Amino acid sequence: MPDRIVKDKSGPVRITPEAAAKVAHLARLDIAPDELVRMTAQLEGMLEHFADIDALDLSAVEPMTQAFPLVNVLRADVVQPCLDRDEVLAAAPAAEDGRFRVPPMIGSGA
Amino acid sequence: MSTPSAPATTAAAIAAGVRDGSLKAADIVEQHLAAIATREPEIHAFNLVLADEARAAAAQIDQRVAAGEDPGPLAGVTVALKDNMCTRGIPTTCSSKILEGWRPPYDATVVSTLRDAGAIVVGKTNLDEFAMGSSTENSAFGPTRNPHDTSRVPGGSSGGSAASVAAGFSQVSFGSDTGGSIRQPAALCGVVGVKPTYGYVSRYGLIAFASSLDQIGPFTNSVEDAALMLDVIGGHDPLDSTSIPQAHPSLRDAMQQDVAGLRIGRITDLPEGADPDVVERLEVAFDTLRAAGAKIVDVQVPAFTFGLTAYYLIAPAEASSNLARYDGVRYGMRVEAADTNAMYGATRAAGFGDEVKRRIMLGTYALSAGYYDAYYGKALKVRRLISDDFDRAYQHADVLLTPTSPSVAFQFGAKGDNPLAMYLCDTYTIPSNLSGQPGMSVPFGTGAHGLPVGVQVLAGTLQEPTMFRVAAALEAAATKERGLQNGGVR
Repeated sequence: MPDRIVKDKSGPVRITPEAAAKVAHLARLDIAPDELVRMTAQLEGMLEHFADIDALDLSAVEPMTQAFPLVNVLRADVVQPCLDRDEVLAAAPAAEDGRFRVPPMIGSGA
Repeated sequence: MSTPSAPATTAAAIAAGVRDGSLKAADIVEQHLAAIATREPEIHAFNLVLADEARAAAAQIDQRVAAGEDPGPLAGVTVALKDNMCTRGIPTTCSSKILEGWRPPYDATVVSTLRDAGAIVVGKTNLDEFAMGSSTENSAFGPTRNPHDTSRVPGGSSGGSAASVAAGFSQVSFGSDTGGSIRQPAALCGVVGVKPTYGYVSRYGLIAFASSLDQIGPFTNSVEDAALMLDVIGGHDPLDSTSIPQAHPSLRDAMQQDVAGLRIGRITDLPEGADPDVVERLEVAFDTLRAAGAKIVDVQVPAFTFGLTAYYLIAPAEASSNLARYDGVRYGMRVEAADTNAMYGATRAAGFGDEVKRRIMLGTYALSAGYYDAYYGKALKVRRLISDDFDRAYQHADVLLTPTSPSVAFQFGAKGDNPLAMYLCDTYTIPSNLSGQPGMSVPFGTGAHGLPVGVQVLAGTLQEPTMFRVAAALEAAATKERGLQNGGVR
Protein backbone atom coordinates (compact mmCIF):
# COMPACT_ATOMS: atom_id res chain seq x y z
CA MET A 1 0.00 0.00 0.00
CA PRO A 2 2.35 2.74 -1.16
CA ASP A 3 -0.31 5.39 -0.55
CA ARG A 4 0.20 4.96 3.17
CA ILE A 5 3.36 6.99 3.04
CA VAL A 6 3.86 10.27 1.27
CA LYS A 7 7.46 11.17 0.75
CA ASP A 8 7.56 14.88 0.19
CA LYS A 9 10.88 16.11 -1.17
CA SER A 10 10.68 19.20 1.01
CA GLY A 11 9.54 17.48 4.17
CA PRO A 12 9.60 14.35 6.24
CA VAL A 13 7.69 11.08 5.88
CA ARG A 14 3.96 11.64 6.40
CA ILE A 15 1.03 9.46 7.26
CA THR A 16 -2.36 10.27 5.73
CA PRO A 17 -5.75 9.94 7.47
CA GLU A 18 -6.59 7.18 4.95
CA ALA A 19 -3.49 5.27 5.96
CA ALA A 20 -4.31 5.83 9.64
CA ALA A 21 -7.80 4.45 9.01
CA LYS A 22 -6.26 1.31 7.56
CA VAL A 23 -4.01 0.95 10.60
CA ALA A 24 -6.98 1.44 12.94
CA HIS A 25 -8.76 -1.38 11.14
CA LEU A 26 -5.72 -3.65 11.45
CA ALA A 27 -5.62 -2.86 15.18
CA ARG A 28 -9.38 -3.45 15.55
CA LEU A 29 -9.98 0.04 16.90
CA ASP A 30 -13.13 1.91 15.90
CA ILE A 31 -11.94 5.50 15.67
CA ALA A 32 -14.28 8.34 14.73
CA PRO A 33 -13.26 10.40 11.65
CA ASP A 34 -12.49 13.58 13.60
CA GLU A 35 -10.47 11.66 16.17
CA LEU A 36 -8.60 10.01 13.31
CA VAL A 37 -7.61 13.38 11.86
CA ARG A 38 -6.26 14.51 15.23
CA MET A 39 -4.41 11.23 15.74
CA THR A 40 -2.93 11.32 12.26
CA ALA A 41 -1.42 14.73 12.98
CA GLN A 42 0.06 13.41 16.24
CA LEU A 43 1.47 10.32 14.52
CA GLU A 44 2.93 12.51 11.82
CA GLY A 45 4.70 14.61 14.43
CA MET A 46 6.14 11.50 16.03
CA LEU A 47 7.30 9.98 12.76
CA GLU A 48 8.96 13.28 11.92
CA HIS A 49 10.87 13.19 15.20
CA PHE A 50 11.73 9.50 14.73
CA ALA A 51 13.39 10.29 11.39
CA ASP A 52 16.55 11.10 13.39
CA ILE A 53 17.66 7.49 13.01
CA ASP A 54 17.49 7.73 9.21
CA ALA A 55 20.89 9.42 9.35
CA LEU A 56 22.49 6.28 10.80
CA ASP A 57 24.22 3.68 8.65
CA LEU A 58 22.75 0.48 10.03
CA SER A 59 23.69 -1.83 7.15
CA ALA A 60 26.18 -3.84 9.20
CA VAL A 61 24.22 -3.82 12.47
CA GLU A 62 22.45 -6.94 13.74
CA PRO A 63 18.96 -6.32 15.13
CA MET A 64 18.66 -6.79 18.90
CA THR A 65 15.50 -8.58 20.01
CA GLN A 66 16.30 -9.57 23.58
CA ALA A 67 18.16 -7.93 26.41
CA PHE A 68 19.57 -11.02 28.05
CA PRO A 69 20.48 -13.90 25.74
CA LEU A 70 18.59 -17.06 26.65
CA VAL A 71 17.89 -19.72 24.02
CA ASN A 72 15.22 -22.42 23.92
CA VAL A 73 14.10 -22.24 27.53
CA LEU A 74 12.34 -25.52 28.24
CA ARG A 75 10.83 -27.04 31.34
CA ALA A 76 10.65 -30.71 32.21
CA ASP A 77 7.91 -32.46 30.23
CA VAL A 78 5.78 -33.16 33.27
CA VAL A 79 2.08 -32.44 33.65
CA GLN A 80 1.51 -29.36 35.80
CA PRO A 81 -1.71 -28.01 37.26
CA CYS A 82 -3.31 -25.26 35.19
CA LEU A 83 -5.75 -22.48 35.97
CA ASP A 84 -9.18 -23.50 37.23
CA ARG A 85 -11.60 -23.44 34.29
CA ASP A 86 -14.58 -22.12 36.21
CA GLU A 87 -12.50 -19.38 37.82
CA VAL A 88 -11.22 -18.30 34.41
CA LEU A 89 -14.66 -18.38 32.79
CA ALA A 90 -16.14 -16.45 35.70
CA ALA A 91 -14.02 -13.47 34.61
CA ALA A 92 -15.21 -13.60 30.99
CA PRO A 93 -17.87 -11.21 29.65
CA ALA A 94 -19.95 -14.23 28.55
CA ALA A 95 -19.57 -17.97 29.00
CA GLU A 96 -21.72 -20.99 28.25
CA ASP A 97 -21.27 -24.73 28.73
CA GLY A 98 -17.72 -24.35 29.97
CA ARG A 99 -16.67 -22.18 27.04
CA PHE A 100 -16.31 -18.49 26.15
CA ARG A 101 -19.40 -17.21 24.38
CA VAL A 102 -18.92 -14.77 21.47
CA PRO A 103 -21.19 -13.23 18.82
CA PRO A 104 -21.30 -14.87 15.38
CA MET A 105 -17.90 -14.94 13.64
CA ILE A 106 -19.42 -14.15 10.25
CA GLY A 107 -21.85 -11.34 10.78
CA SER A 108 -24.13 -9.01 8.97
CA GLY A 109 -21.98 -6.02 8.21
CA ALA A 110 -18.35 -7.05 8.74
CA MET B 1 3.76 22.97 49.94
CA SER B 2 2.78 20.28 52.39
CA THR B 3 5.37 17.95 53.78
CA PRO B 4 4.93 14.26 53.11
CA SER B 5 4.80 12.02 56.14
CA ALA B 6 8.27 11.14 57.28
CA PRO B 7 8.87 7.40 57.47
CA ALA B 8 8.94 6.29 61.07
CA THR B 9 11.63 3.80 60.30
CA THR B 10 12.88 1.48 57.58
CA ALA B 11 11.47 -1.76 56.22
CA ALA B 12 14.52 -3.53 57.58
CA ALA B 13 13.85 -2.18 61.10
CA ILE B 14 10.16 -3.04 60.93
CA ALA B 15 10.83 -6.61 59.85
CA ALA B 16 13.44 -7.01 62.58
CA GLY B 17 11.06 -5.61 65.20
CA VAL B 18 8.10 -7.74 64.15
CA ARG B 19 10.27 -10.83 64.00
CA ASP B 20 11.62 -10.35 67.53
CA GLY B 21 8.21 -9.38 68.90
CA SER B 22 9.11 -5.80 69.84
CA LEU B 23 6.75 -4.48 67.13
CA LYS B 24 3.29 -5.70 66.20
CA ALA B 25 2.41 -6.07 62.52
CA ALA B 26 -1.12 -4.99 63.45
CA ASP B 27 0.18 -1.63 64.75
CA ILE B 28 2.29 -1.08 61.64
CA VAL B 29 -0.71 -1.70 59.41
CA GLU B 30 -2.91 0.65 61.46
CA GLN B 31 -0.32 3.43 61.16
CA HIS B 32 -0.34 3.15 57.38
CA LEU B 33 -4.13 2.84 57.15
CA ALA B 34 -4.39 5.99 59.28
CA ALA B 35 -2.08 7.84 56.88
CA ILE B 36 -4.21 6.60 53.99
CA ALA B 37 -7.41 7.74 55.69
CA THR B 38 -5.94 11.20 56.19
CA ARG B 39 -4.38 11.98 52.83
CA GLU B 40 -5.52 9.46 50.23
CA PRO B 41 -8.62 11.48 49.24
CA GLU B 42 -6.23 14.25 48.22
CA ILE B 43 -3.43 12.13 46.71
CA HIS B 44 -5.32 9.26 45.00
CA ALA B 45 -2.37 6.88 45.04
CA PHE B 46 -4.62 3.84 45.04
CA ASN B 47 -7.12 2.20 42.73
CA LEU B 48 -8.00 -0.08 45.63
CA VAL B 49 -7.15 -0.04 49.34
CA LEU B 50 -7.15 -3.51 50.92
CA ALA B 51 -7.70 -2.52 54.57
CA ASP B 52 -9.51 -5.69 55.71
CA GLU B 53 -7.08 -7.99 53.92
CA ALA B 54 -4.10 -6.07 55.40
CA ARG B 55 -5.51 -6.31 58.93
CA ALA B 56 -6.12 -10.04 58.53
CA ALA B 57 -2.61 -10.61 57.19
CA ALA B 58 -1.10 -8.61 60.06
CA ALA B 59 -3.03 -10.61 62.65
CA GLN B 60 -1.78 -13.82 61.09
CA ILE B 61 1.83 -12.64 61.19
CA ASP B 62 1.56 -11.60 64.85
CA GLN B 63 0.08 -15.01 65.62
CA ARG B 64 2.93 -16.75 63.87
CA VAL B 65 5.48 -14.75 65.85
CA ALA B 66 3.62 -15.57 69.09
CA ALA B 67 3.66 -19.26 68.12
CA GLY B 68 7.41 -19.14 67.61
CA GLU B 69 7.21 -19.56 63.85
CA ASP B 70 9.36 -17.67 61.31
CA PRO B 71 7.11 -14.97 59.80
CA GLY B 72 9.56 -14.26 56.97
CA PRO B 73 12.23 -11.67 56.18
CA LEU B 74 9.69 -8.91 55.43
CA ALA B 75 7.38 -9.61 58.36
CA GLY B 76 5.02 -6.70 58.89
CA VAL B 77 6.37 -4.60 56.03
CA THR B 78 3.49 -2.88 54.26
CA VAL B 79 3.64 -2.91 50.47
CA ALA B 80 1.60 -1.27 47.72
CA LEU B 81 1.45 -2.95 44.33
CA LYS B 82 1.13 -1.20 40.99
CA ASP B 83 -2.24 -2.22 39.63
CA ASN B 84 -0.71 -4.09 36.69
CA MET B 85 0.44 -6.97 38.90
CA CYS B 86 -2.04 -9.82 39.09
CA THR B 87 -3.54 -10.52 42.49
CA ARG B 88 -5.76 -13.58 42.64
CA GLY B 89 -9.39 -12.70 43.28
CA ILE B 90 -8.52 -9.02 43.77
CA PRO B 91 -9.38 -6.54 40.99
CA THR B 92 -6.44 -5.71 38.72
CA THR B 93 -7.18 -2.95 36.24
CA CYS B 94 -4.00 -1.46 34.73
CA SER B 95 -6.00 1.77 35.32
CA SER B 96 -7.96 0.90 32.18
CA LYS B 97 -11.69 0.73 31.72
CA ILE B 98 -11.14 -2.35 29.58
CA LEU B 99 -10.06 -4.36 32.65
CA GLU B 100 -12.28 -2.66 35.23
CA GLY B 101 -13.62 -5.22 37.68
CA TRP B 102 -11.46 -8.07 36.38
CA ARG B 103 -10.29 -10.46 39.10
CA PRO B 104 -7.22 -12.43 38.01
CA PRO B 105 -7.31 -16.21 38.54
CA TYR B 106 -3.68 -16.23 39.71
CA ASP B 107 -1.05 -14.22 41.60
CA ALA B 108 2.03 -12.68 40.02
CA THR B 109 5.19 -14.42 41.26
CA VAL B 110 6.31 -11.18 42.90
CA VAL B 111 3.03 -11.00 44.82
CA SER B 112 3.23 -14.54 46.17
CA THR B 113 6.94 -14.12 46.97
CA LEU B 114 6.24 -10.94 48.96
CA ARG B 115 3.36 -12.53 50.85
CA ASP B 116 5.44 -15.61 51.63
CA ALA B 117 8.13 -13.28 52.99
CA GLY B 118 5.64 -11.76 55.43
CA ALA B 119 4.97 -8.51 53.56
CA ILE B 120 1.45 -7.10 53.87
CA VAL B 121 -0.31 -5.76 50.77
CA VAL B 122 -2.25 -2.59 51.60
CA GLY B 123 -3.47 -1.73 48.12
CA LYS B 124 -3.21 -1.59 44.36
CA THR B 125 -1.75 1.67 43.06
CA ASN B 126 -2.75 3.96 40.25
CA LEU B 127 -0.78 4.16 37.00
CA ASP B 128 -0.93 5.60 33.53
CA GLU B 129 -3.23 3.24 31.64
CA PHE B 130 -1.28 0.07 30.82
CA ALA B 131 1.85 1.88 32.12
CA MET B 132 1.88 4.22 29.12
CA GLY B 133 2.80 7.68 30.34
CA SER B 134 5.10 9.73 32.54
CA SER B 135 2.65 11.59 34.79
CA THR B 136 -0.17 9.18 35.82
CA GLU B 137 -2.50 11.64 34.07
CA ASN B 138 -3.45 8.86 31.63
CA SER B 139 -5.24 6.77 34.27
CA ALA B 140 -8.87 6.04 33.41
CA PHE B 141 -9.64 6.55 37.10
CA GLY B 142 -8.15 10.04 37.49
CA PRO B 143 -4.62 11.25 38.22
CA THR B 144 -2.46 10.73 41.30
CA ARG B 145 -1.13 13.88 42.97
CA ASN B 146 2.45 14.44 44.11
CA PRO B 147 2.59 14.36 47.94
CA HIS B 148 5.23 17.13 47.89
CA ASP B 149 2.98 19.51 45.95
CA THR B 150 -0.51 18.39 45.02
CA SER B 151 -0.67 20.80 42.07
CA ARG B 152 1.99 18.67 40.43
CA VAL B 153 2.21 15.18 38.93
CA PRO B 154 3.96 12.33 40.75
CA GLY B 155 5.55 11.17 37.49
CA GLY B 156 4.65 7.93 35.84
CA SER B 157 3.73 5.48 34.91
CA SER B 158 4.10 4.07 38.45
CA GLY B 159 2.95 7.37 39.98
CA GLY B 160 0.66 5.76 42.55
CA SER B 161 3.42 3.51 43.85
CA ALA B 162 5.87 6.40 44.18
CA ALA B 163 3.29 8.61 45.89
CA SER B 164 2.34 5.79 48.27
CA VAL B 165 5.86 5.61 49.70
CA ALA B 166 6.35 9.40 49.67
CA ALA B 167 3.08 9.91 51.56
CA GLY B 168 3.72 7.13 54.07
CA PHE B 169 0.77 5.05 52.83
CA SER B 170 3.03 2.00 52.64
CA GLN B 171 6.57 1.35 53.79
CA VAL B 172 7.57 0.22 50.31
CA SER B 173 5.88 -0.26 46.95
CA PHE B 174 6.46 -1.97 43.65
CA GLY B 175 6.20 -0.73 40.12
CA SER B 176 7.20 -1.73 36.62
CA ASP B 177 9.71 0.11 34.45
CA THR B 178 9.51 -0.16 30.66
CA GLY B 179 11.12 3.17 29.79
CA GLY B 180 11.61 4.83 33.18
CA SER B 181 8.29 4.18 34.90
CA ILE B 182 9.92 3.40 38.26
CA ARG B 183 12.90 5.76 38.19
CA GLN B 184 11.18 8.92 36.94
CA PRO B 185 8.31 8.92 39.49
CA ALA B 186 10.82 7.99 42.20
CA ALA B 187 12.80 11.11 41.31
CA LEU B 188 9.71 13.32 41.22
CA CYS B 189 8.43 12.00 44.57
CA GLY B 190 11.79 11.99 46.36
CA VAL B 191 12.09 8.24 46.96
CA VAL B 192 14.48 5.49 45.85
CA GLY B 193 13.38 3.58 42.72
CA VAL B 194 15.19 0.68 41.05
CA LYS B 195 14.90 -0.97 37.66
CA PRO B 196 17.03 -4.11 37.86
CA THR B 197 18.69 -5.96 34.99
CA TYR B 198 16.10 -7.43 32.61
CA GLY B 199 15.36 -10.91 33.93
CA TYR B 200 16.50 -10.17 37.51
CA VAL B 201 12.89 -10.23 38.80
CA SER B 202 10.14 -12.51 37.48
CA ARG B 203 7.59 -10.89 35.17
CA TYR B 204 5.09 -13.73 35.62
CA GLY B 205 1.78 -12.08 36.38
CA LEU B 206 2.95 -8.60 35.43
CA ILE B 207 0.46 -7.55 32.76
CA ALA B 208 2.61 -7.06 29.67
CA PHE B 209 3.21 -3.67 28.06
CA ALA B 210 6.46 -4.25 26.12
CA SER B 211 7.72 -7.68 27.07
CA SER B 212 11.35 -7.22 26.04
CA LEU B 213 11.65 -4.07 28.17
CA ASP B 214 9.33 -4.48 31.19
CA GLN B 215 10.93 -5.11 34.57
CA ILE B 216 9.56 -4.97 38.13
CA GLY B 217 11.35 -3.08 40.87
CA PRO B 218 10.87 -1.43 44.29
CA PHE B 219 10.18 2.08 45.60
CA THR B 220 11.61 2.68 49.07
CA ASN B 221 12.68 5.37 51.51
CA SER B 222 16.23 4.11 51.62
CA VAL B 223 18.82 2.40 49.47
CA GLU B 224 19.12 -0.39 52.01
CA ASP B 225 15.37 -1.10 51.84
CA ALA B 226 15.59 -1.27 48.05
CA ALA B 227 18.43 -3.78 48.40
CA LEU B 228 16.37 -5.80 50.86
CA MET B 229 13.40 -5.88 48.50
CA LEU B 230 15.49 -7.04 45.55
CA ASP B 231 17.19 -9.64 47.71
CA VAL B 232 13.72 -11.07 48.38
CA ILE B 233 12.06 -10.77 44.95
CA GLY B 234 15.12 -11.34 42.74
CA GLY B 235 16.04 -14.71 41.33
CA HIS B 236 14.99 -17.34 38.85
CA ASP B 237 11.34 -18.14 38.24
CA PRO B 238 10.55 -21.13 36.01
CA LEU B 239 7.21 -19.47 35.18
CA ASP B 240 9.03 -16.64 33.35
CA SER B 241 11.14 -17.98 30.51
CA THR B 242 13.06 -14.68 30.31
CA SER B 243 14.02 -14.90 33.98
CA ILE B 244 17.79 -15.20 34.43
CA PRO B 245 18.50 -18.76 35.64
CA GLN B 246 20.90 -17.93 38.44
CA ALA B 247 20.91 -16.69 42.01
CA HIS B 248 21.93 -13.10 42.71
CA PRO B 249 24.41 -11.95 45.37
CA SER B 250 22.96 -10.08 48.36
CA LEU B 251 22.74 -6.39 47.54
CA ARG B 252 22.32 -5.58 51.20
CA ASP B 253 25.77 -7.04 51.77
CA ALA B 254 27.27 -5.53 48.63
CA MET B 255 26.22 -1.97 49.45
CA GLN B 256 28.28 -2.01 52.65
CA GLN B 257 31.43 -1.59 50.58
CA ASP B 258 32.45 2.03 49.94
CA VAL B 259 33.11 3.65 46.57
CA ALA B 260 36.84 4.24 46.93
CA GLY B 261 38.51 3.39 43.63
CA LEU B 262 35.30 3.04 41.63
CA ARG B 263 35.19 4.70 38.21
CA ILE B 264 32.15 6.96 37.85
CA GLY B 265 31.35 7.76 34.23
CA ARG B 266 30.22 11.14 33.01
CA ILE B 267 28.54 10.83 29.61
CA THR B 268 30.03 13.71 27.64
CA ASP B 269 27.56 13.37 24.76
CA LEU B 270 24.46 13.03 26.92
CA PRO B 271 21.38 14.57 25.23
CA GLU B 272 20.74 18.11 26.45
CA GLY B 273 17.45 19.30 27.83
CA ALA B 274 17.81 18.90 31.60
CA ASP B 275 16.88 21.95 33.65
CA PRO B 276 19.75 23.88 35.33
CA ASP B 277 18.62 22.92 38.86
CA VAL B 278 18.76 19.24 37.91
CA VAL B 279 22.16 19.59 36.24
CA GLU B 280 23.48 21.39 39.31
CA ARG B 281 22.50 18.50 41.58
CA LEU B 282 24.16 16.04 39.20
CA GLU B 283 27.38 18.05 39.46
CA VAL B 284 27.17 17.95 43.25
CA ALA B 285 26.75 14.17 42.97
CA PHE B 286 29.95 13.86 40.94
CA ASP B 287 31.80 16.04 43.48
CA THR B 288 30.44 13.95 46.33
CA LEU B 289 31.64 10.69 44.85
CA ARG B 290 35.03 12.17 43.99
CA ALA B 291 35.39 13.29 47.60
CA ALA B 292 34.51 9.75 48.69
CA GLY B 293 37.46 8.38 46.77
CA ALA B 294 35.88 7.50 43.43
CA LYS B 295 37.40 8.55 40.14
CA ILE B 296 35.31 10.53 37.64
CA VAL B 297 35.93 9.49 34.03
CA ASP B 298 34.56 10.86 30.77
CA VAL B 299 32.83 8.35 28.52
CA GLN B 300 30.80 8.56 25.35
CA VAL B 301 27.54 6.78 24.55
CA PRO B 302 26.86 8.20 21.08
CA ALA B 303 23.68 6.21 20.46
CA PHE B 304 22.12 7.34 23.78
CA THR B 305 20.45 10.19 21.94
CA PHE B 306 18.63 7.79 19.59
CA GLY B 307 17.08 5.89 22.49
CA LEU B 308 13.84 7.85 22.39
CA THR B 309 13.17 6.97 18.76
CA ALA B 310 14.12 3.31 19.12
CA TYR B 311 11.99 3.00 22.25
CA TYR B 312 8.91 4.71 20.83
CA LEU B 313 8.97 2.33 17.88
CA ILE B 314 9.81 -0.88 19.76
CA ALA B 315 7.62 -0.41 22.85
CA PRO B 316 4.44 0.49 20.91
CA ALA B 317 5.12 -2.35 18.46
CA GLU B 318 5.28 -4.83 21.33
CA ALA B 319 2.30 -3.17 23.02
CA SER B 320 0.16 -3.37 19.88
CA SER B 321 0.76 -7.11 19.92
CA ASN B 322 0.38 -7.59 23.69
CA LEU B 323 -2.82 -5.54 23.88
CA ALA B 324 -4.45 -7.51 21.07
CA ARG B 325 -5.65 -9.84 23.83
CA TYR B 326 -8.16 -7.26 25.07
CA ASP B 327 -10.84 -8.22 22.62
CA GLY B 328 -13.90 -8.62 24.81
CA VAL B 329 -13.74 -12.42 24.75
CA ARG B 330 -11.85 -13.74 27.78
CA TYR B 331 -11.75 -10.95 30.35
CA GLY B 332 -12.68 -7.36 30.98
CA MET B 333 -15.41 -5.39 29.29
CA ARG B 334 -17.32 -6.13 26.10
CA VAL B 335 -19.40 -3.85 23.93
CA GLU B 336 -21.99 -6.13 22.35
CA ALA B 337 -22.22 -6.10 18.56
CA ALA B 338 -23.68 -8.22 15.76
CA ASP B 339 -20.46 -10.12 15.00
CA THR B 340 -17.03 -10.65 16.51
CA ASN B 341 -15.17 -8.12 14.34
CA ALA B 342 -17.62 -5.36 15.18
CA MET B 343 -17.46 -6.42 18.84
CA TYR B 344 -13.63 -6.20 18.90
CA GLY B 345 -13.55 -2.73 17.36
CA ALA B 346 -16.31 -1.32 19.54
CA THR B 347 -14.96 -2.91 22.76
CA ARG B 348 -11.43 -1.65 22.21
CA ALA B 349 -12.61 1.81 21.21
CA ALA B 350 -14.68 2.12 24.39
CA GLY B 351 -12.19 0.41 26.69
CA PHE B 352 -8.87 2.05 25.81
CA GLY B 353 -7.93 5.68 26.49
CA ASP B 354 -6.34 8.07 24.00
CA GLU B 355 -2.67 7.37 24.78
CA VAL B 356 -3.12 3.61 24.60
CA LYS B 357 -4.92 3.94 21.25
CA ARG B 358 -2.16 6.21 19.98
CA ARG B 359 0.52 3.71 20.89
CA ILE B 360 -1.40 0.77 19.45
CA MET B 361 -1.76 2.76 16.22
CA LEU B 362 1.93 3.69 16.17
CA GLY B 363 3.00 0.12 16.92
CA THR B 364 0.66 -1.42 14.38
CA TYR B 365 1.95 1.03 11.79
CA ALA B 366 5.60 0.30 12.63
CA LEU B 367 4.96 -3.43 12.23
CA SER B 368 2.73 -3.31 9.16
CA ALA B 369 3.69 -4.72 5.78
CA GLY B 370 5.88 -2.29 3.87
CA TYR B 371 6.95 -0.32 6.96
CA TYR B 372 8.42 -3.01 9.19
CA ASP B 373 11.95 -2.55 7.83
CA ALA B 374 11.75 1.25 7.84
CA TYR B 375 10.56 1.49 11.43
CA TYR B 376 10.56 -1.59 13.67
CA GLY B 377 13.48 -3.30 11.94
CA LYS B 378 15.56 -0.14 12.03
CA ALA B 379 14.71 0.48 15.68
CA LEU B 380 15.97 -3.00 16.60
CA LYS B 381 19.30 -2.17 14.99
CA VAL B 382 19.50 1.11 16.89
CA ARG B 383 18.80 -0.89 20.04
CA ARG B 384 21.93 -2.92 19.26
CA LEU B 385 23.97 0.26 18.78
CA ILE B 386 22.84 1.55 22.17
CA SER B 387 23.66 -1.73 23.86
CA ASP B 388 27.10 -1.90 22.22
CA ASP B 389 27.84 1.73 23.15
CA PHE B 390 26.95 1.04 26.78
CA ASP B 391 29.17 -2.06 26.83
CA ARG B 392 32.08 0.02 25.54
CA ALA B 393 31.41 2.73 28.13
CA TYR B 394 31.35 0.14 30.94
CA GLN B 395 34.87 -0.95 29.98
CA HIS B 396 36.02 2.47 31.20
CA ALA B 397 33.50 3.18 33.95
CA ASP B 398 31.91 1.01 36.65
CA VAL B 399 28.72 3.09 36.70
CA LEU B 400 27.36 6.08 34.82
CA LEU B 401 25.65 9.05 36.44
CA THR B 402 22.89 11.04 34.73
CA PRO B 403 19.84 13.02 35.76
CA THR B 404 16.85 10.72 36.24
CA SER B 405 14.32 13.23 34.92
CA PRO B 406 15.04 16.41 32.95
CA SER B 407 13.01 18.40 35.48
CA VAL B 408 11.44 18.31 38.91
CA ALA B 409 7.74 17.41 39.13
CA PHE B 410 5.71 19.46 36.65
CA GLN B 411 2.17 20.76 36.97
CA PHE B 412 -0.91 18.93 35.74
CA GLY B 413 -1.54 19.60 32.08
CA ALA B 414 1.95 21.04 31.58
CA LYS B 415 2.66 18.77 28.62
CA GLY B 416 -0.65 19.70 27.03
CA ASP B 417 -1.86 17.67 24.09
CA ASN B 418 1.65 17.04 22.75
CA PRO B 419 2.59 13.38 23.26
CA LEU B 420 6.20 14.03 22.27
CA ALA B 421 6.67 16.56 25.07
CA MET B 422 5.64 13.85 27.53
CA TYR B 423 7.89 11.25 25.85
CA LEU B 424 10.91 13.52 26.37
CA CYS B 425 10.54 12.98 30.15
CA ASP B 426 12.02 9.53 29.52
CA THR B 427 15.15 10.69 27.65
CA TYR B 428 17.59 9.62 30.37
CA THR B 429 15.86 6.45 31.52
CA ILE B 430 14.93 4.76 28.23
CA PRO B 431 18.38 3.68 26.98
CA SER B 432 18.98 1.24 29.84
CA ASN B 433 15.64 -0.44 29.20
CA LEU B 434 16.74 -0.99 25.62
CA SER B 435 20.10 -2.42 26.76
CA GLY B 436 18.40 -4.41 29.53
CA GLN B 437 20.81 -2.99 32.10
CA PRO B 438 20.04 -1.82 35.64
CA GLY B 439 19.41 1.74 36.71
CA MET B 440 18.16 3.43 39.85
CA SER B 441 17.13 6.86 40.99
CA VAL B 442 18.44 8.15 44.30
CA PRO B 443 16.87 11.24 45.92
CA PHE B 444 19.61 13.86 45.95
CA GLY B 445 18.44 17.11 47.42
CA THR B 446 16.01 19.56 45.94
CA GLY B 447 15.77 21.79 42.89
CA ALA B 448 13.27 24.35 41.67
CA HIS B 449 10.37 25.11 44.06
CA GLY B 450 12.07 23.02 46.75
CA LEU B 451 11.01 19.85 44.92
CA PRO B 452 12.98 16.59 44.98
CA VAL B 453 15.68 15.86 42.41
CA GLY B 454 16.83 12.34 41.60
CA VAL B 455 20.24 11.28 40.36
CA GLN B 456 20.29 8.20 38.19
CA VAL B 457 22.97 5.53 38.65
CA LEU B 458 23.33 3.20 35.66
CA ALA B 459 25.40 0.02 35.57
CA GLY B 460 26.25 -2.88 33.28
CA THR B 461 24.30 -6.13 33.07
CA LEU B 462 23.97 -7.71 36.54
CA GLN B 463 26.22 -5.04 38.06
CA GLU B 464 23.59 -4.20 40.70
CA PRO B 465 26.11 -4.69 43.55
CA THR B 466 28.27 -1.83 42.24
CA MET B 467 25.23 0.31 41.45
CA PHE B 468 24.02 -0.05 45.05
CA ARG B 469 27.43 0.89 46.48
CA VAL B 470 27.28 4.17 44.56
CA ALA B 471 23.64 4.74 45.49
CA ALA B 472 24.45 4.24 49.17
CA ALA B 473 27.27 6.79 48.95
CA LEU B 474 24.99 9.34 47.31
CA GLU B 475 22.29 8.73 49.92
CA ALA B 476 24.77 9.17 52.77
CA ALA B 477 25.99 12.44 51.27
CA ALA B 478 22.45 13.72 50.71
CA THR B 479 21.51 12.89 54.29
CA LYS B 480 24.60 14.67 55.60
CA GLU B 481 23.95 17.70 53.41
CA ARG B 482 20.33 17.87 54.58
CA GLY B 483 21.52 17.63 58.16
CA LEU B 484 23.83 20.59 57.67
CA GLN B 485 21.04 22.57 56.03
CA ASN B 486 18.25 22.08 58.51
CA GLY B 487 19.63 20.43 61.57
CA GLY B 488 18.91 16.90 60.53
CA VAL B 489 15.15 17.26 60.22
CA ARG B 490 13.99 15.25 57.26
